[in-house]
Amino acid sequence: MSFLTSLFGRKSSAPVARDRLQILLAHERAGEGQSELIAKLQEEILEVIKRHITVDQDKVQIKMDRGAGVSMLEIDIEVPESAKPAAKAG
Amino acid sequence: MAKVLVVTSGKGGVGKTTSTAALGAALAQTGKNVVVVDFDVGLRNLDLVMGAERRVVFDLINVVQGDAKLAQALIRDKRVETLSILPASQTRDKDALTPEGVARVIEELREKFDWVICDSPAGIERGAQLAMYHADQAVVVTNPEVSSVRDSDRIIGMLDSTTERAKKGEKIDKHLLLTRYDPARAARGEMLRTEDVLEILSIPLLGIIPESEEVLRASNLGMPVTLSNPTSAPARAYFEAVRRLEGETLDVSVPTERKGLFDWLFKRSVA
Repeated sequence: MSFLTSLFGRKSSAPVARDRLQILLAHERAGEGQSELIAKLQEEILEVIKRHITVDQDKVQIKMDRGAGVSMLEIDIEVPESAKPAAKAG
Repeated sequence: MAKVLVVTSGKGGVGKTTSTAALGAALAQTGKNVVVVDFDVGLRNLDLVMGAERRVVFDLINVVQGDAKLAQALIRDKRVETLSILPASQTRDKDALTPEGVARVIEELREKFDWVICDSPAGIERGAQLAMYHADQAVVVTNPEVSSVRDSDRIIGMLDSTTERAKKGEKIDKHLLLTRYDPARAARGEMLRTEDVLEILSIPLLGIIPESEEVLRASNLGMPVTLSNPTSAPARAYFEAVRRLEGETLDVSVPTERKGLFDWLFKRSVA
């Protein structure tokens, strides 16, 4: 099949479809609690950071990448130059 | 002992109604008493695909609500005498179907027929849930395409959790019917292969219906494909599928129309 691939300059798309489905369904079968978990993680992580610096909600980006073995939760927080420690609570 | 079979998929347009008609007719052609029931209230089409659209007087909703007797609503097929159709309502709302009413109708159908085949509406809501609720067996119709496979996975989950059998802790027999399959494209890596879909969904394979012009021709004519052209590739695939439904063990192959090299290449057993 590889000679055909090089002949037409296109890779088979079916294996890509299969891999995408396997990863997606593994997550979907794990249950709907997943999205709640992400929301909770986001909330708590931000809470911790806010104790130390003032965070602008608009400057926070949250990304999720579901992989086969591991999932990545990426939280991007822009810390301004003039970041000052937030007033300590209590 | 009557068997109630739901033909379902989640996704629309994958071939539920075509397959309901073809499986129902194929079973009836072997002498079984079969009724096909359209659960797609508001968007009925089984009558049209079966060529009975001009003979509809009463429908499932009329029977559920007690406005008509079951015998008045059943339409006997003119070509296969052991085949009947119970059409859906075209005008009513799907909320007119009550769980109690559906239970009563299914119970009555069980007494009259060997096979009660329920054509589910697309989606995962009320209509689809009512169509699958009383099923002993399910045919999950899937195209070798990502969105169809994903929706089938969802439906399989529902079959295992929200049906009457599931609630009683009993198993519901699930079968995969792969439709619109193109063996040549699958071999070239352009389409999910049967093995891929089976591995992902992990339910037994009932049959592979090849993509075929005969399917559209059959619906144009208002005939199940097993009647319009019994020797065509899709018809043969449906005939084999019903033999498996009846408990026979057969190797699954993709029937093909083409002759020559392709025939030899793709007629080999695939699962």
